[in-house]
Amino acid sequence: MMDTTPAGPETSDITEAAASSGPIETDALIIGAGPCGLFAVFELGLLDIKSHVVDILDRPGGQCAELYPEKPIYDVPALPVVTGQELTDRLMEQIKPFGPQFHFNERIDSLSREADGRFRLMTDAGTEFLAKVVVVAAGGGSFTPKRPPLNGIEEYEGKSVFYSVRKIETMRGHDIVIVGGGDSALDWTLNLAPVAKSLTLIHRRDEFRAAPHSVEKMRKLVEESTVRLLIGQVTGLEGANGKLSALDVKTASGTERIACTAMLPFFGLTMKLGPVADWGLNLHENLILVDTERFETNEHGIFAIGDINWYPGKLKLILSGFHEGALMAQAAHKIVYPDKKLLFQYTTSSSSLQKKLGVK
Amino acid sequence: MTKITFIQPDGESQTVEAENGLTVMEAAKLNDIAGIEAECGGACACATCHVYVDEAWRDKTGKAADMEEDMLDFAFDVREGSRLCCQIKITDALDGLVVRVPAKQF
Repeated sequence: MMDTTPAGPETSDITEAAASSGPIETDALIIGAGPCGLFAVFELGLLDIKSHVVDILDRPGGQCAELYPEKPIYDVPALPVVTGQELTDRLMEQIKPFGPQFHFNERIDSLSREADGRFRLMTDAGTEFLAKVVVVAAGGGSFTPKRPPLNGIEEYEGKSVFYSVRKIETMRGHDIVIVGGGDSALDWTLNLAPVAKSLTLIHRRDEFRAAPHSVEKMRKLVEESTVRLLIGQVTGLEGANGKLSALDVKTASGTERIACTAMLPFFGLTMKLGPVADWGLNLHENLILVDTERFETNEHGIFAIGDINWYPGKLKLILSGFHEGALMAQAAHKIVYPDKKLLFQYTTSSSSLQKKLGVK
Repeated sequence: MTKITFIQPDGESQTVEAENGLTVMEAAKLNDIAGIEAECGGACACATCHVYVDEAWRDKTGKAADMEEDMLDFAFDVREGSRLCCQIKITDALDGLVVRVPAKQF
């Protein structure tokens, strides 16, 4: 489940923004496509505020999609039981009338304020935004690969230890060790076997979570002696100056040292606050401090909703994040439309809101 | 109330009393046991509540289910007796249970 290669989502309804030159101008830039980020699109949309949404994952849903897509949630009002994936799908349907633009597989790395009061944001992929308001709905932070707790692993990262592979060619001629038993581990085993000097797949047990056909292919490569399968756990790294030379592996029969010049550990994802911590926002124990009227941070125009914020009495519940999004939108309206008076309306009775929602 | 003992890697042990029906993870969190992170809140989705069940108790706690085994792939230094303690429900039968906290959660 927490693998770096997720199951293929049905993305036909999702508008992924096309690459363009120059910054993308938007009313609101929402960081995080989890349930609160998605519902923020709705609340902002009702107030004519258009959104772009950025998420590090490759699909909407945040933790709901990544951690518990099939697990039931029992405390979403009016839905006695709903799975993480169903909730995501329903929210996507609900916000469709507002045509949010999604930018998946990207993380906002920098944020600064322009002279005109807008925010300039840049993703790790180089996409730039100019936004009137920023809504941080980043949940537990951005999902990042788990680092195996092996002594000294940091000094090898990016040089001999990789959590993803951009170009297969860079792996040519290496003694490659892949660790893990999910789809990422198996996919990379199959992809890198042809270019590796040697390839060893290490997993703690002789059972794999990965797709059966990948497992079958891997077993065939093992039979042909193209790939070595080792059942055990890595306990130590050997090398110097960031260059790995060998690994110690604990197996049922003792400890074995194997040659390794490139290691790819796949132990799933964990959440880290990430670059948000560097934007000058006041924090409370790694959470963003907000007021409870606007859910605004200490920076006027930057809001934080959902699991990532903190205020006295905060509960990390999806329903609380929805409420926070509704109040945030009211405050965002004052910034996006400083001269417009906001008339409070109900979707049940307001023909103008219903028009926005596409009700016929 | 059921007694559960958590032993830290340095040998320090803490015995807590817990209500039946809770999970061992919840008992750990309620009593601020160090080294039990439970990042996902007990959804069997993160492997940060990894413990080693003392040998004498393994029959009573039973084995990890398939989904838990899958999640244990994400734990560090998995051994015989490794469990995710959010998946162990406390009952009278577990009165006196001893679990060891690993040196590191991921």
